[in-house]
Amino acid sequence: MILEALIKIIIVLFVVLTAVSYLVLLERWISAWLQDRIGPNRVGPMGLFQPLADVLKLLLKEDIEPSQSEKWIHWLAPVISISVAFSVLAIIPFGSSIILGGNTYALSIASNINIGVLYIIALTSVGVYGITLAGWSSGSKYSLLGGLRSSAQMISYELTLGLGLVSVVMLSGTLDLGGIIQSQVTGGWNIIRAPLGFMLFLISSFAETNRQPFDLPEAEPELVGGYHTEYSSMKFALFFLAEYANMITASAVMSVLFLGGWHVPFLNTMGMNPTLMAILGVAAFGLKIFAFIFFFMWVRWTIPRFRYDQLMNLGWKVLLPIGIINIVLTALEKTYLLK
Amino acid sequence: MQYRSKYNNPKPNRKLSLWEKLYLPEIVRGLLTTIKHLFRPKFTRQYPEEKWEAPAAFRGRPVLVMEENGAERCVACGLCSRVCPPLAIEVQASETDLLKERYPVRFEINMLRCIFCGFCEEVCPEEAIVMSKDYELVYTKYNDAILGKDKLLIPKKDLQERLDYLRVMRNV
Repeated sequence: MILEALIKIIIVLFVVLTAVSYLVLLERWISAWLQDRIGPNRVGPMGLFQPLADVLKLLLKEDIEPSQSEKWIHWLAPVISISVAFSVLAIIPFGSSIILGGNTYALSIASNINIGVLYIIALTSVGVYGITLAGWSSGSKYSLLGGLRSSAQMISYELTLGLGLVSVVMLSGTLDLGGIIQSQVTGGWNIIRAPLGFMLFLISSFAETNRQPFDLPEAEPELVGGYHTEYSSMKFALFFLAEYANMITASAVMSVLFLGGWHVPFLNTMGMNPTLMAILGVAAFGLKIFAFIFFFMWVRWTIPRFRYDQLMNLGWKVLLPIGIINIVLTALEKTYLLK
Repeated sequence: MQYRSKYNNPKPNRKLSLWEKLYLPEIVRGLLTTIKHLFRPKFTRQYPEEKWEAPAAFRGRPVLVMEENGAERCVACGLCSRVCPPLAIEVQASETDLLKERYPVRFEINMLRCIFCGFCEEVCPEEAIVMSKDYELVYTKYNDAILGKDKLLIPKKDLQERLDYLRVMRNV
């Protein structure tokens, strides 16, 4: 049991860490392509070894600790960020289940958590601490401002995130991610059943992952990098990794909640080899995650950053009321349309 | 003082239409604009592999014109050296049996000083010193950057484009 979990953790960590480093490369490519440039193509064939070079560079840099910083918390903050980003992956079902040598293995690390949605919400709340503490402990104005902004932003958008989630929970009648996927397999994807909830969740995911157009905690032109201004070397790399890992987890969560997770639509599963089905499911899930990640990057290189007051207005005056209306609408839909 | 066009004087308080206020349609419009660029040809020049071919008007490294008989056109009048603002050119004259009677024994351009102003070319009565298209000027040693006659002399046919350009521009 423990061995099984350990092996799964190692596989997931390996895959996600590799994916993260290549997402950095992908982001640079996409930014280049969207601006009619070519992008990194010097290190290795087509620039495919660029992540290695980046990591090597970061490892060899000097680790600077500002004299005014709270050393212990300064060290702790990136650890919180990265561990929260990876912890969410523990409950994501990557596929239905796979049968090897007569035993059935569920394709997620903690497969039988029946409050998965609650776990996600709880962990994203903890994620704020990483950035806020980083900003506070650095002993720098820019970092502090970035940290303050991020705490205000993430708390505001967590509400909308939760309200978007509520509609999913209402439709599926369960907090278990596996159950949510099952209900989508039988009743159609939640993106169709709760489009407004999806929009809310998508928008607040951008805010929760600190991505453009809501990357106010970083805001290079105003805050010189925001919460990670005073970070260098591997500690900076951890924040960098956390940002991309967060993107993966947000995409994975959205795929599970709204796009049916590993469900392959329009596929007649009768009489198919279960192993093949599981592999197909994992591939479909990966594809969905990739589509979301591409969307994240596409938006980043299109839309300018929000101003701080615009961000707060959007969160509290627009998205929150829509979220409440959405709950009423979903309730009506559940009662009258989907018997 | 009517410098302002309609482009740099946007109306700051223009009322947004309802469609624009909805915000999401405008975001989608922006997204469609950027995704188009994903498939456009790229502007980047892969520099060390793809070199840039300078036009005739380009002022690159100044060089001396070498005639067909292998002698330089220069008569060592020293005007270029005189006009050079950063004092990059040094000329030492001597006599020769050729028709022009004078020639430079030593002609040195210090490329660490040269500012590519083109005054030397402009002042030269013989069209003997011209600006070439050479822009890849990297020297790893101080002495490498002081170019003598061996590096400065370029056959006339390689500089024909610039010489023709000078003719045209001077007769305008």
